[in-house]
Amino acid sequence: MAAITGQPRGIDLTETSGWRRTKNRIATFVMWFAFIATLIPLVFVLYTVISKGVSAISWQFLSGSPIPANVMPLNAPGGMWPAILGTLEITGFAALIAIPLGVLGAVYINEYGGKGWLAKLISFMADVMTGVPSIVMGLFIFTIWTLKFSYSGLAGSFALACLMLPVVIKSSYEMLRLVPDQLRQASYALGATKARVTLTVVLPAAIGGITSGALLAVARAAGETAPLLFVILSTQTTNSNLFAGANTALSTQIFVNAQSPFVGAEERAWGAALTLIVIAFILMLGSRLITARFTRYTR
Amino acid sequence: MSTVTKADPAIPAGSARPLSAGRHLGDRGFALLALIAGLLVLVILVLIAVSTAQQSASWFSTAGWSGIFSTVWNQSTNQYGAMAYLYGTVITSVIAVIIAVPVSVSIALLLTEVVPRRWAQPIVYVIDLLAVIPSVVWGLWGIIVLVPWLQNTVYSSIASALNGVPVLGNLFGSPTSGASFFTAGIILAIMVIPIITSLAREVFATVPTTDKEGAYALGATRWEMIRGAVWPHSQGGVVGAILVGLGRAMGETIAAALVIGSSAQVTSHLFATGYSIPSVIANQFPEASGEFRSALIGLGLLLFVITIIVNLGARGFVERSARRMRGA
Repeated sequence: MAAITGQPRGIDLTETSGWRRTKNRIATFVMWFAFIATLIPLVFVLYTVISKGVSAISWQFLSGSPIPANVMPLNAPGGMWPAILGTLEITGFAALIAIPLGVLGAVYINEYGGKGWLAKLISFMADVMTGVPSIVMGLFIFTIWTLKFSYSGLAGSFALACLMLPVVIKSSYEMLRLVPDQLRQASYALGATKARVTLTVVLPAAIGGITSGALLAVARAAGETAPLLFVILSTQTTNSNLFAGANTALSTQIFVNAQSPFVGAEERAWGAALTLIVIAFILMLGSRLITARFTRYTR
Repeated sequence: MSTVTKADPAIPAGSARPLSAGRHLGDRGFALLALIAGLLVLVILVLIAVSTAQQSASWFSTAGWSGIFSTVWNQSTNQYGAMAYLYGTVITSVIAVIIAVPVSVSIALLLTEVVPRRWAQPIVYVIDLLAVIPSVVWGLWGIIVLVPWLQNTVYSSIASALNGVPVLGNLFGSPTSGASFFTAGIILAIMVIPIITSLAREVFATVPTTDKEGAYALGATRWEMIRGAVWPHSQGGVVGAILVGLGRAMGETIAAALVIGSSAQVTSHLFATGYSIPSVIANQFPEASGEFRSALIGLGLLLFVITIIVNLGARGFVERSARRMRGA
C-alpha cells in the first residue's frame, strides 16, 4: 500500500512541471485541512462538555434522587440517578433483544440464505432500515405499543432495539463473511449438522468482531433521544421497574433541561451530557479493545 | 430431504445414513429461528408503514392533497399543512450535505490515498468519535455555545454586509437569528461527516491497485492519479454515500430541534428561524392529541417515505456502480 501511495523513490523520474506539482500540493493540503477542520468542533464540544460537566458532577449528582424540579436551585437535594438508571436499564434491555436477533439474522443471510433472493432482500432492507429516522422508530413504537400498554421503559427498549437491529445485522454479517469456508467444510466432513457448525465453529471464530460491532451499536443507542421522548415519558423520580410506569433517561433529561430557562437547568444538562458521553465512550473503548485483541479474521 | 422414510434399495446396507431425526429437528429449528430473525427486518419495515398510516389516516383524508402541502398550521382551526416543515427539512439537510460532502470526500481520500495504513486507523477512530457523541449533546452545545456566537459575530456582520445585494441579500440578509436553518445545517453537517466519510472510504478502497499504479507509471502526480483513476471509478458510489448522508440529515431530530429556532416559515433567508419535520414531532408530540396527533404521525410517515426513497436511491447507485465495475 505504502509503495504505491507514496511518490516513487530512487531515480527521479517524476520531474513534474511546477504547476502540476503545485496542484498536487494544494490537493494534499486541502485534504489535511478538511481533517483539521473536522477536529475543531470535536475538540470544542468535548472541551465544553468536560469543563462545564465536571463542575456540575458530584457524588450527590450521580447517586441522588429525585431529579430536582426546574424551579429549585442547583444545590437542592437530589440528583441524576433516576436518569442514569433509566439509561442503563433501557439500553441494556434493548441490547438483550437486538443483539441475539441481529446475530441470528446475520447467520440467516450468510449461512442459510446464501445467494438466494430472500437473503439478498433482507440484507438490502437492513441497509435501508439503518436509514429510518430515529424519531420514526419512536412514533412506530408509540402507535403499536404505547397506545395500548401506556408508557414504560420497555417501550423505550423496543424503540432502541429497532434502531440497533439492522446495525447489528450488518456488522455481524461482515464478520461472518470473513470466516474462511475451509473451517465450515472441515466441520461438515466430521459429520456435524449445519446448526452445530454455525454455533460451535463459525460464530466462535467471528465472536470478536461481532461483539465489537454490537458494542458500538449499543454505544450509539445509549445516546438516542428522539425514540425515547414520547414512549417512556419523563419522570423525576426513580423507577427501577422497566416494565411499567413512566421512566426517564439521561438523553431525554439533557433535552428537557437544555430548553428550560430555570436556574440550574443548564448545569444539570452539562452534567448529564458528561455522564452520557462517558458511558458511550466506555462502550466504544470496549469495542476497540475487543477488536484489537480478539479479532481473528480481518479484511 | 423430507422423504427418507423408506430405505432406498439402491444404497447398500451399512453405508452412511441420513442424520437421526432428533438432530435433524434441532438443525431445522435453528434454521427456522435464523429465518425468523432475518424476516423481522421486513416485518418491522412493513409494520412501521402500516401502523403510522393507520394512525394518520384521519389527517390524510380530511386535509387532502392541498391541505397537506399548504403552509397553514393552525391548531385552533384544525388545519395542519406540512409545507413549512417539509421545506425546513429539505433546506437544512441540503445545507448539511453541501458543507459535509467536500470535507468527507477529502478526508476519505486522505485516508485511502495519502496517509500510510498505520496512520489511517487512528484518524478513522477520531472521525468515528464524532458519531459516538450523542445527537442531544451536539444540540446542547449548539444552543448554548454555537448559537450565541454565530448570532453575535458571524451572522449579523454577514447580514449587514450583504443587505440590499440582489441574490445574496435574499439568502443571507437580515432578519438573522442564531437559531436558524443555517445553524441546523452546520450541526447536521458535523453529524453526517463520519457517515459519508466511511462510505466514501469503502468506495475508494475498491479502486483496483493496477489502475492506480498505471496512472503513476504514466507519470501522474497523486492528484492526477486521483482524478484519472480513483474518481471515474468511484463516482456512483460517492453519489450513493452522499444520498445516505442526505437521508440521515433529513431524519436527524434532537440536534435540529434545539438549534433550528422552532418557527415554521417558508423563506429564502437561511439565517432566519425555521422548523423541520422531525423537530416539530419531537417538540409537540407529547402534548398532542386527536387530529393534531394524527397530523404529527402523518408527518412522521411522510418523513419515513422520503428517507426510504432517498436510501433506496442511494443503494441503487452503489449497487449499479459496483456491478459496472465488476463487469469492467
